[in-house]
Amino acid sequence: MEEAYDCCFSIATMITIFLLVVVIRVVYVFYRTGKPLSSKSSKPRSTLIVLGSGGHTAEMINVLSVMQKARFTPRFYIAAATDNMSLQKARVLEDSLADEDKKVPAEFMQIYRSREVGQSYITSIGTTLIAIAHALWLMLRIRPEVILCNGPGTCVPLCVIAFLFKVVGIRWSTIFYIESIARVKKLSLSGLLLYKLRIADQFFVQWPQLQRKYTRSQYVGCLM
Amino acid sequence: MREIEQKRITVFVTVGTTLFDALVKAVDTEQVKHELLRRGYTHLLIQIGRGSYSYSYIPHKCEGEGGSLVVDYFTFSSSIAEHLRSASLVISHAGSGSIFETLRLGKPLIVVVNEDLMDNHQSELAEELAERKHLYCASPQLLHETITDMNLESLLPYPAGDAKPVITLINRFLGFPDD
Repeated sequence: MEEAYDCCFSIATMITIFLLVVVIRVVYVFYRTGKPLSSKSSKPRSTLIVLGSGGHTAEMINVLSVMQKARFTPRFYIAAATDNMSLQKARVLEDSLADEDKKVPAEFMQIYRSREVGQSYITSIGTTLIAIAHALWLMLRIRPEVILCNGPGTCVPLCVIAFLFKVVGIRWSTIFYIESIARVKKLSLSGLLLYKLRIADQFFVQWPQLQRKYTRSQYVGCLM
Repeated sequence: MREIEQKRITVFVTVGTTLFDALVKAVDTEQVKHELLRRGYTHLLIQIGRGSYSYSYIPHKCEGEGGSLVVDYFTFSSSIAEHLRSASLVISHAGSGSIFETLRLGKPLIVVVNEDLMDNHQSELAEELAERKHLYCASPQLLHETITDMNLESLLPYPAGDAKPVITLINRFLGFPDD
């Protein structure tokens, strides 16, 4: 009888210690998120670029074309499975690069969508779980050091997984979120989630009205 | 006998990849066409969009007999850059891609917001740019009034965007040396 009691007690103790460690680790991750990286180096960082239909990909390509590619390599592009144009536009950008920027070829991947437009909410639960599992699979493969995203729904599961990787210690991915130029007064749903959950390391907005409303964001002017 | 080239002053209408019959219908009215003609436009070219369903509205083509506006349309093109370039006035749906592509070419632009769209965040951008006098913004119902009252000379050129500020911040955050 006493042995059973000791056994339960030590299991309870272990669980408590484990939860405590997790909480401390999560608090630490929130504390470190948003602080510039301490090491200053010119080493290139592997970069995940999340593309999305509509203006999202166009805006992302615009930013990438000005970036020093040698610093952000290897590059991984992810777009939703039903988005045909985005990866194509990314390929055109990569093909147009100078040879020294093409030494490490970019990779292009598609990810399952959580929910298609008009899909019933019941089946959406299943498809969302599949999408999360797929996102986890891709992120375990890529483990990027930098994530660039600007709003499509696909970026939320990827960024949440990146946050979990920070907690567990799989990889510290610096997440840069650039809200779309089309968002002037209100954030997109993805932006709102990542802002409120404090998941993005840096949250950029293109209009001053948004910066005034969301004071932890940074106003960077119009990119287009 | 050499053909005299007809001077083309074109109005280009685009709905992008969306379905926006309300805009096509509004443009294809006698009122609007008459007003465009009165302002000196000779040609009206409408990109009506494509879909797997049959369109509820097809515009009336017109050869321009009797000095009327020449009207033509097409469904979709992989790039409308050429059409934008040769237009003297652009009337577009409120997609940011269309808007900025047109503004970058320095063309006068009327943005028409699709009120049937469920989540209409697009109107925020059109309204902000209209407030800054870079374009005119209208609903399909007010398109005629907007064309009648517009003063294209009063539009201000849109200053080119710049991605360098955000890239500088990203570089600094990651510890890359400043250029």
